[in-house]
Amino acid sequence: MLFVAFIILLGPFLVIFFASFEPTSTLRFPPTGFTLSWFKKVIAMPMFQKSFLLSLRLALLSSFFALLLGVPVGYLTARYDFKLKRFIELLTTLPVIIPGMVAGLALLKFFVLLNVFDVETTLLVGHTAIVLPYVVRSTVASLVNFPASVEEAAMSLGATPLKNFFLVVLPNIRVGIVSAFILTFITSFNNVPISLFLTGPGVSTLPIVMMTYMEYYYNPSIAALSTLLIGATLAVVLLAQKIFGISKLL
Amino acid sequence: MMSFLRLIDITVGYQKDNTVLKNFNLSVEKGTFLSLLGPSGCGKTTTLRLIAGFLEPLAGKVIVNEIDYTNLPPHKRKMGIVFQNYALFPHMNVFENVAFGLKMRKIEKNEIQRRVKQAITMVGLQGLENRFPSQLSGGQQQRVGIARAIVIQPDLLLMDEPLSNLDANLRLEMRNEIKRIQRELKITTIYVTHDQSEAIALSDQVAVMNEGKIQQFGTPQEIYFNPKNRFVAKFMGFQEIASGVVKEIFQNHALVTVEDKVMQTRYTADLSVGERVVLVTRPRKIKIQREDGQNAFCASVLSELFQGENLAVVVSFQDKQFVVEMYEQRELPEAEKIFLHVSADDLIALKEA
Repeated sequence: MLFVAFIILLGPFLVIFFASFEPTSTLRFPPTGFTLSWFKKVIAMPMFQKSFLLSLRLALLSSFFALLLGVPVGYLTARYDFKLKRFIELLTTLPVIIPGMVAGLALLKFFVLLNVFDVETTLLVGHTAIVLPYVVRSTVASLVNFPASVEEAAMSLGATPLKNFFLVVLPNIRVGIVSAFILTFITSFNNVPISLFLTGPGVSTLPIVMMTYMEYYYNPSIAALSTLLIGATLAVVLLAQKIFGISKLL
Repeated sequence: MMSFLRLIDITVGYQKDNTVLKNFNLSVEKGTFLSLLGPSGCGKTTTLRLIAGFLEPLAGKVIVNEIDYTNLPPHKRKMGIVFQNYALFPHMNVFENVAFGLKMRKIEKNEIQRRVKQAITMVGLQGLENRFPSQLSGGQQQRVGIARAIVIQPDLLLMDEPLSNLDANLRLEMRNEIKRIQRELKITTIYVTHDQSEAIALSDQVAVMNEGKIQQFGTPQEIYFNPKNRFVAKFMGFQEIASGVVKEIFQNHALVTVEDKVMQTRYTADLSVGERVVLVTRPRKIKIQREDGQNAFCASVLSELFQGENLAVVVSFQDKQFVVEMYEQRELPEAEKIFLHVSADDLIALKEA
């Protein structure tokens, strides 16, 4: 059973990994030889470089804005009772329920009607919208384990609400916020359905460019790129795990 | 001279028709140790949170030292609070926890050092300054909680069931510590508890609360020996053993007709002749005897239980069931009928309604 699970979970990645060293120009498993030329090729391709930088910018900025908005909203929903509370709780579960395609189409309609932002801003708003709920949920989950009386203690000792938040609350939900950041970063970076609708001429994210590329060329360069991405993601998660020990929260 | 803390006509509630406190009044003199004693849901914690500033009343005023605190946010008040769950800052060590309140008040660094050290010494935690809360026992954590609250030299020390999370032996030890610290600092203290022995042992004054009202306010002796109504009596360990009608009232005692007998009792609140009353006493004050006599009545035995220290006998009389604790004599008399005797000094008549 364990073996089957391993094959299902790891098999596809191993195939891609080995295929990226294939010297001929077709995807093949097992590879017929060994070369690093595909890696050199994809790294040098302007199309991939440009879209990689865009995806990186999007992932960083959308995560940043999502944290900026989501942490306070999560804090308020966890600590206070107000009329919109149930509504916000419902909103944060929507991305799990609504298919990405539907959300992408809705966002497209919305921005076409608005017609005020350029493509990159539109993408940024769209990505922030889909990752925001993760931040809210992660913040709420962290606060459940952090008694409100600790904050009351801080305030009784003279901490203003702002000082309480930065000196007492934030340091104690740090792990939750870091894990939320990793989650939002990866979600944004890998997103296809939303980006598919919101990309425009000359402005496209890496996953979309990869998809388009594959429709025309079926060679190991895509496998090499995938191997690079998997490696980078693993490195980030392992680093965070090493620093914060967040595996439980992810 | 007005009282140091005054709560005037306070109403607290979540909706208008659902109030926790209604027209609530309380005055506390400077330097007093006052306990708010009552069962859960009686409003004692609400009162404490109101004083701390975590709740705003729908009506009424909170006055501390002649200053209106009613709408003052918690961080502008000067209250030291000790919580049931300690509520220490998990990311700070003992020193930083205690220093927090002083840092918030922008006190000079050397002064912080000095005062934190003094507070830590006072609660007996020298040498543990660099430990984190998770590395301390429950008792030690609560000592940090107390040090953190007193180091800011608060106007009021508010304690919300501070010993409830500790085990029984530690609770007794910490009780003495709290009393010692309060005496040394002469700090005005409001102590919330549901444990009557804690309230009795610690307080200068006790307010017994139920359903958002103070049922009785007085010294521990007054509360313990002279409960003024059935609720306070029950809460202080009295039990109801009979009901009857007031026959005659004298200056120091009253005569109460219980079925065909007349019992001599004390009274703690005004009674009138002809009024229905219940008689209360403590389990250890009832004597079991073979023969009838003065201040005695006939009851039937339901069960008995050897408890080591005493023999607890459950008896019934009228519609009431209660416990008699036998300390010296360890066997029930072998008789068809047993009689219960309570001396007039140990028996109190309280209004039935």
